Formats: sequence, C-alpha cells, structure tokens
Amino acid sequence: MSENGNAQRAATIAVLVENEAGVLARVIGLFSGRGYNIDSLTVAPVDETGRISRITVVTSGTEMVIEQIKAQLDRLVPVHKVSDLTLEGPHLTRELALIKVVGKGENRVEALRLADAFRARVVDATTGSFVFEMTGAAEKIDAFCALMRPIGLAEVSRTGAVAIARGPRGLI
Amino acid sequence: MSAATKPASTADALTMSGAEVVLRALKDNGVEVIFGYPGGAVLPIYDAIFQQNAIRHILVRHEQAAVHAAEGYARSTGKVGCVLVTSGPGATNAVTGLVDALMDSIPIVCLTGQVPTHLIGNDAFQEADTTGITRPATKHNYLVKKSADLARVVHEAFYVAKSGRPGPVVVDLPKDILINKAPYTEPPSTEHRSYRPQTEPDAEQIRKAVRLLKAAKRPIVYAGGGVINAGPEASRLLTEFVRMTGFPCTNTLMGLGAFPADDRQFLGMLGMHGTYEANLAMHGCDVMLNIGARFDDRVTGRLNAFSPDSKKIHADIDPSSINKNVPVDVAIVGDAGRVLAALIECWKKEEAPQDKHVLTAWWRQIDEWRAKDCLRYRQEGRIIKPQHAVKRLYEITKELGRETFITTEVGQHQMWAAQYFGFQQPNHWMTSGGLGTMGYGLPSAMGVQIAHPDALVIDIAGEASILMNIQEMGTLAQYRLPVKVFILNNEYMGMVRQWQELLHGGRYSESYSAALPDFVKLAESFHAKGIRVTEADDLDAGIREMIAHPGPVIADIAVAKDENCFPMIPSGAAHNEMILGEEQEGGVKGVTDEGKVLV
Repeated sequence: MSENGNAQRAATIAVLVENEAGVLARVIGLFSGRGYNIDSLTVAPVDETGRISRITVVTSGTEMVIEQIKAQLDRLVPVHKVSDLTLEGPHLTRELALIKVVGKGENRVEALRLADAFRARVVDATTGSFVFEMTGAAEKIDAFCALMRPIGLAEVSRTGAVAIARGPRGLI
Repeated sequence: MSAATKPASTADALTMSGAEVVLRALKDNGVEVIFGYPGGAVLPIYDAIFQQNAIRHILVRHEQAAVHAAEGYARSTGKVGCVLVTSGPGATNAVTGLVDALMDSIPIVCLTGQVPTHLIGNDAFQEADTTGITRPATKHNYLVKKSADLARVVHEAFYVAKSGRPGPVVVDLPKDILINKAPYTEPPSTEHRSYRPQTEPDAEQIRKAVRLLKAAKRPIVYAGGGVINAGPEASRLLTEFVRMTGFPCTNTLMGLGAFPADDRQFLGMLGMHGTYEANLAMHGCDVMLNIGARFDDRVTGRLNAFSPDSKKIHADIDPSSINKNVPVDVAIVGDAGRVLAALIECWKKEEAPQDKHVLTAWWRQIDEWRAKDCLRYRQEGRIIKPQHAVKRLYEITKELGRETFITTEVGQHQMWAAQYFGFQQPNHWMTSGGLGTMGYGLPSAMGVQIAHPDALVIDIAGEASILMNIQEMGTLAQYRLPVKVFILNNEYMGMVRQWQELLHGGRYSESYSAALPDFVKLAESFHAKGIRVTEADDLDAGIREMIAHPGPVIADIAVAKDENCFPMIPSGAAHNEMILGEEQEGGVKGVTDEGKVLV
C-alpha cells in the first residue's frame, strides 16, 4: 500500500445495475450501513429496454475505503459493473440545476446578465421571477448560486453529478 | 436440464398453485428437509406440504431456531439449508438467524410468507416490510409480485445462496401468489445475468504467491471457514499443501477441522483466545498465507501491530474481504479449493528450492513457544474445571470412535470447546463465529442430527446460552433426535463475567445466572434424560451415561464458577501482548483505555 494511506480522495463511480425493485435501497443501504460518504447520487435507466440503470455516485475516502466501496458494490447480486471513473482516466462530469430567482427592477437585469455569462437559460419567467436552467460542473453551479443569493435566489433543484469516460470506450 | 425458462410443459403450466410451484422448485433444487413454523400467510405452502412426501418438514418451536437448524444442516452436509416461516413476526424472528448465516457465510434459503399483494403497505395483520428489514441481513432477497416470476426467483435464490461466498437468501411470498395458479419452469441452465463470482484464481497471482512462499524464512498458513465452505476436498488439499511445504498451520474459529488438530504442524486456533504459539507465529512470520479467512478483529488484535514484518498473501472468494482490514501484498480471488490446487501444482513446478534449514530454525522457535503449554490447567480437588470437562468429553468420544459433531452456544464454553476439542475433519464443528449468537447451539445440533441420524451430536453449552432457545427441547422430543446438551454450568454469563473481572473492576453487573431451572427436571419435562454432575470423580461416568443414552439428554455439569478463558489477547492489544493464565505466569495484566471501547 502507498505511504500516504490516510490521504482522502474523491471518486466518481459508475454502477450498472439490474433495474429491479429495491436496487437503489441496496446501494444506499450499503453506504449508510458501512459508514461511507455519499456526496451525490443519481440514477436512471439507460438501455433501450429499461432493464439496466446507471447509478453515478460521488464519494470520498482513503484509497483503501474507496477500493472497499467498489468491491462491496460489485458483490451486490443485481450489480453488473462497477467503474471508478476518477481512477480510470479522463472523464466528464455534469450536473443539471434549476434555479429560481425572485426580484424586481435592477436585480432582474443583473440576474439575466449573470445568467448570460454562465450560459444559464431562462426556462420560466413571470414579472417577479425567473427559473434558470444550467448544466456544468458542480463548482460552476455553486458559483452561480452564490452570485444569485444577494440578488434574490429563492430555490434550487439539482440533479447531482452524472459522469462518463472520455474517448471511444463504453462501459457496457 | 431443459432450455432456460420455458414452462415444463404447456399442459401442466397452469395446473399448479403457487405453493405447489414453490415445493416443486425446492425439490428440483435438491431440498429434502425444510425447517419451519406455520402461520396465516404460509398456510397454502403447508397445505401443499401435507399433500406430498418428497420434502420432510421439521416443526421448530421458534423461527430463529429454524434458521439455526438449517445452518447446522447446511454446515454439516455442504447443502443449502431451507427455512419456511410466516409473515410479520415469523420473518422478524428469523432475522437473528439470517444475520448469523450472513456473518458466517452459510447457504440458506428462507421462504417467508407475506400478506397478499393488494394489502402490502396497508399495515395489514402480521405485515412487516420483510425485504426492507432483511436487506442488510441477507446476501440477497426477493419479493415475488408476479406469479410468472415465482419459479425463476426460487431457483435463483438457491443459485445465489450457494455461489461465490455463500449466504442467506430470503424469498418473500405474498399469499395470493401462493394461492393463484403459476407456471413452473425448470432451473435455468444459462448464466445469471449479473451475479457470476470468480472461482478460478489468476495464474500470475498464484505464481507470485508461490515465489514468496518458497523464499519464506518464517512462513505460516492461516486458514479459515472459506476452506470448509469450499467442500471437504479443499480441506484435503490444505492438508496436502501444508505437509508438502512443511509450514506451520493455524485455523480460525470457523476453520477448525480444515486441518487435522492432531497433526504436529497444527498450531491450534489463533486469535483472541488462540494459542500462544499460533499468535506469536502470526506476529513473527515473514510470509503469511491466508486462505478463506477475513482478518477479523478477533483474529488480528490491534491492527497497527498485526504481524508487522510479514508479506501477506490473501486468497478469498469475496474480493471485498481482501484489503478490507489488512493491506496485503498478493491478492488471490477464487474458491479456496481451486486456489489450493493451483498452489500445489505451481509449488511442484517452481524451480526455486526451499531452504529447509531456515524452516528448521523457525520450527525450533515455534516449539519454544509451544513449550509454554498455554492451554495447561490444573484439575485438582472435587470441583470440575470447565477445560477438563471439554477435554474428557473429547477423549471419551475419541475412544468410542463414533462419528461426532460438536455445536456450541456462545461464550467461554465455546472458546474452551474450540481449544480442547480436537477437530480432525471439516464439517463436524458448528459454532456462531461472526455474529456470536447465544442460543445457536441447540437448534444447530437439531439440524445436524436430522442430516446425520446415526451420528453423535453434542451441543457444548453454557447455562445462560442454552436458555435462549431451550424451547427446542420440544423439537428434539417430537422427532426423537438424540442430541446431547452438555452444559458447562458456572452460574454466570462467563465471558461477560470474565470481562467485568478484567476490565470493570470485578463489578459483576447483571452477569449472574440467578434463578436457574433444575436442568434435570427441565429435561424430563421435555421427555429427555437429565443428568447432573457436581464432582470431578463422577465426570467420566456422567459423560458416558450421556453418550450411551439413546435419546436426547441434558447433562448439567457444575464447573468452577470463576474460571477464566486463557490465553487471551486483551482488547486493543497485539498478538505478542497476549496474556496467559495463572498456570503460565500468575496474574493478569490490565487493559488499556483504548482497549476498553472495543468489543
């Protein structure tokens, strides 16, 4: 094992599972039961028949803990494949957010200006509010929300990270 | 076997009820015995059981005991144990047994009744969220919501229970699914869609392991329950490998019997109550080969002081067991039997010679440790030492030469059984290792006796543990199971008392077994024989009388009340900091504050 065995790292792990009842509870229960962190978790069916779902989980821990997490996930009966995207090379991570900003006058103008700079789209507008849609890395959404807070940030809904490896190689 | 999942024939496809489909599936998976307890939700299955003869049902007195009985059956035969309980309390009562089987990797299929599908979630009578409750208590579980899935799910449950690292599987069966007609499909011949554990070891890892082992100056083989689970052939291969290499071998609590106890190369059990020589050899070795054990905290002691100077090779069928507690140098994923076969083959092929001289020096060191005679005790006077009771039980059964199976409850008596009863072959020792379930031994012995009607089956018990499933004496009587319950009665929850003595200033909080029953009368009330022995001179006669009796017996052996179980690695200590009994060094050292928080 490495010398710095106690160093923490983040890991983005993709898990392909049978899309059956209780499978998400198994994954979440594994994390809570064994005391692992979940920084974010997303899930949706990804194949044409809807039988396979992809879970993207962002977690952190020492190298030994992350290896454990992967091994524990892999031995769940409905799990097809576990892939540590962080370890396996370059990958893309994106998150989608819907952000509601409430305000009048100059604040509305400022909100639109910032949205433009962040490439957030207006998906709903009233005379007193906007809903922005944006995708990007979690840090970008954090930064946008932080700027909107003094202007009138009212509500945020985020998906959590989805991720995929760069290049031609597929996971299935 | 026919192709995958087509109905057996279209004619009988929908002539069977769900309950009949379940029984047919059990039969096709080789089930001969099922341990269970009826109730409203499973009445359709009981009705189907009534109308057939292929599967024998054993009526227990509590659902926890049904699972332990199935565990005893499974561990003594290598087959999957099968359990049938009703919904709600039937299922929740089974949970302790399920976790026990999970921790000790015992293949169990547990069928639970459930309220009909349209009532699920309505807080119906005897409804419990069984799949929710048992999710962390099982290797996998299923709720059957469609009749079309029923046969496939039962087949899959057996596959999952016995494949890879074995474990318990729950199949939750709503009552309407059992009553409605359902199609029967044969067990599938195709691979499981997602669960395909690796059993063949990687050849390169085997080569790396053999190179390390050949060059070892102070090697040790540390083998666990995985060797037992891999079948008797794996134990034979372990013995062959150890004799071939000349290495010392130690077994975990779960692994006892994998290597013959009377072999000179056997160092005894290791761990918290393991032998001095086994633990010091683990501490001082330079190459460790772990096969089918999991570096459990009872084995390692303080992790940062565990075997500090060794290269470690770990072979396990469960990749999550590797590098979990202890980082290892060579990881081998595979079935213990396959791994051992590959190691033997590679050892023979590998050119590098083995340095027999350094091995001789290592054995000299081990023999010095052995000379401490760490299990020595002094039996004198009228009071029976518990160690002596187990030792005499072992010697007398050995002399009689009958096939003997030992189960235990949990506590001091369990450790004394592990230390003083010599196990020569696998599958003859059943104990609750991982979960440490008091009340395991009696129902487990029932299951063993069902599988081996002519064998001598003895539950080595404590007077506290035995009361946790004492109702199973009724099951023994009903099925005329001649199980012998051998109680080491010290009137204390002995291990609790021992820890209170060593760690809590001798304040024996709630650990005295007050108001004990008269075990002789208790046995008699359950149509069994009762024997009580209080004098050392009567011990042998008592043991012989117990064994000679053709029916079930409770032998209540009054033993020394304040005897402690030694040697012992105190909580938070390292292998080389183990404490011996008074016979070896007189007096016991204290436990550190960090040690006190550990269990």
